Amino acid sequence: MSVRAEPEADARPWSLIIRPVRGLLDLRLGLLLQYRDLVTLFVRRDFVAVYKQTILGPLWHLVQPILTTVTFTIIFGNIARLPTDGLPSFLFYMGGTVIWTYFANCVTATSQTFSHNAQLFGKVYFPRIVVPVATALSNLIAFAIQFILFVALALWYAGHGYPVKQNWTILLTPVYVLMMACLGLGVGIVVSSLTTRYKDLAQLVAFGVHLFMYATPVIYPMSSISGKYAFILRLNPCAPIIEAFRFAYLGAGSVTAGQLLVSGATCVGILFLGLVLFSRVEQTFMDTV
Amino acid sequence: MAHAVEMAGVGKAYRLGVIDRAMLRDDAARAWARWRGRRTPQADDDAGIPHRQGMVWALRDISFGVDEGEVLGIIGRNGAGKSTALKLLSQVTAPTCGEIRVRGRIASLLEVGTGFHPELTGRENVYLNGAILGMTKAEVRRKFDEIVEFSEIGAYIDTPVKRYSSGMYVRLAFAVAAHLEPEILVVDEVLAVGDAGFQRRCLGKMGEAAAGGRTVLFVSHNMAAVQSLCTRALVLRGGRLDYGPGQTHAAVDHYLGQLKDLVGADLAERSDRRGAGQMRLTSFRCLDGSGRDLEVLACGGRTEFVLGYECGQDFRPDGAVARIVVRAASGPTVTVLNSEGNGLVVRGAPSSGALSCTLERLPLTQGAYIVDLILTADGVTQDWVREVAAITVETGDFYGTGVVTPPTHGGVLFDQEWRLNGAPVARSIGADRGLGVSCAS
Repeated sequence: MSVRAEPEADARPWSLIIRPVRGLLDLRLGLLLQYRDLVTLFVRRDFVAVYKQTILGPLWHLVQPILTTVTFTIIFGNIARLPTDGLPSFLFYMGGTVIWTYFANCVTATSQTFSHNAQLFGKVYFPRIVVPVATALSNLIAFAIQFILFVALALWYAGHGYPVKQNWTILLTPVYVLMMACLGLGVGIVVSSLTTRYKDLAQLVAFGVHLFMYATPVIYPMSSISGKYAFILRLNPCAPIIEAFRFAYLGAGSVTAGQLLVSGATCVGILFLGLVLFSRVEQTFMDTV
Repeated sequence: MAHAVEMAGVGKAYRLGVIDRAMLRDDAARAWARWRGRRTPQADDDAGIPHRQGMVWALRDISFGVDEGEVLGIIGRNGAGKSTALKLLSQVTAPTCGEIRVRGRIASLLEVGTGFHPELTGRENVYLNGAILGMTKAEVRRKFDEIVEFSEIGAYIDTPVKRYSSGMYVRLAFAVAAHLEPEILVVDEVLAVGDAGFQRRCLGKMGEAAAGGRTVLFVSHNMAAVQSLCTRALVLRGGRLDYGPGQTHAAVDHYLGQLKDLVGADLAERSDRRGAGQMRLTSFRCLDGSGRDLEVLACGGRTEFVLGYECGQDFRPDGAVARIVVRAASGPTVTVLNSEGNGLVVRGAPSSGALSCTLERLPLTQGAYIVDLILTADGVTQDWVREVAAITVETGDFYGTGVVTPPTHGGVLFDQEWRLNGAPVARSIGADRGLGVSCAS
């Protein structure tokens, strides 16, 4: 049987052409829109499945940051006596923890996209990017729950005469969250793409993220760092975001619009790099998994 | 008629071997060479011509077209490239070269229940699974009642699927898949697992899809199913298109012819085998009563199957059991001759030797059969080779009465005794012929 190069004139055009390797920038993000139902269902699955057969259910999301904050307050606040920009230490650590946890969870969860879904990916096609995007979104729900707790506490402190006050930059919250999400997703898919062939990196992710926390102003304020360390810290795109959050909700934090813009650009850049790598890898990763 | 699917020069190469530091060195060397704008020393899979060592073509130079509304069977032995073709079509992995063109929505059923989450209820899983297979939420909602009805799950639909019996699980999973309505359906025969009734329903549903004007690509070992469902078929062999696409029966004949060639192939040399491999089968022979090799077996004739084996160094078979699976050429298993349960479990045998299984009177009716061999030791599969031999059985005098069993009496023959009003009937003719009559036609 001969294969015609062109379809007949009356035939419909080809709806799909499968070629060896797509162009580097052929990211096919439109498919994400087409599969948006799958995204919501994955989000639902990720979120719901974890708390089936638990009594507290989603309230578990509150336990983790509260306990972490209590620990930080005791160790870094009361014992090590790190400065907190003059803020109540509990609130200071809570803000940092909540935001950092979102980033950290995003990175660790999305970095396992390929290894955890190899079975599924081997059997059926859908745009693979659906999975990390859904992961980032379902972590966003957990973040929202924790963040509401944080905001409620911040307002309570402000109302009870503590040196805590909110300002108009609260309105920028969605931008900060988006930056954090882009960064978490971006780093996560870069790692997941790189780990399909060499699994070494997977070993590094969990404690790498943990160590990275100390290079981010989570347990200390930016203002307490000076000299060359400050410069290195400025390179961390997470740093301005966390400081900006603290500034908006607690009234203390050292960050400039310029730093935020650079951080934003870095987040977008990393996400873009991640998408390019990811779309490269998703086409053939089944061969090396 | 326009093509729904076309493959043009499609090939897929895999890299052999393990992923380790040597591979990183290769990768680095290639990246470095590419960066300097030179052609890489080891040649390059990116160029689509993997001729360097350690690359193997699973599929090569495949070109064919599938008409809209056609049911195309894809057949071939294990390792012929069927699964790879499926993976390419369903976009699980990308081809190394060539192009696949598709017209219409394509859905593949390589496995039912993909993505089912045990903690979620049946209802939640229907939506999730539907979406994974490419349906929108609205589509699933529209078909939801139909799906539940088809699955016969009923009231259990709001129970987590981890509490389902495996039967319920598969029924629900298949119900979702069956209500997928793509224009092009790619189906793997592994779908047809489960009981016979379920298999019938799977195949029935596929027939329906075809009748509804949809294009179906069906990959199978089951020649009976291929023949009853497919309008055309093609045969793959060693990753290449060996026959077709053409008439289904001609393709099936071609495939069966391929299997006959295998008999000549040296069992010890076959590489398409599974199992731990510490104990391997090295030869398979069919002998008649006087120890001669048989080309063609006779129904009712004394037959001896001899399996040569060999053990790896330091391996002594302990609790070794051999099985001879006899399948009809069209697919279904006819019987399994099992050494366990018939007095042979090998313990402390020499490291090479032969097992034999004798049938005083071969109870197979005329036709073509295929033999698979399985060797296990202590419950571990040591060697499993499919399609070791194709056997032709000629008509013969199984009952020893001189009455030759007509070829239309398909299947397996049993010893039997008939009575008239409770009294045994005297055998009238040729009682002295038959047994031991040797066989080659």
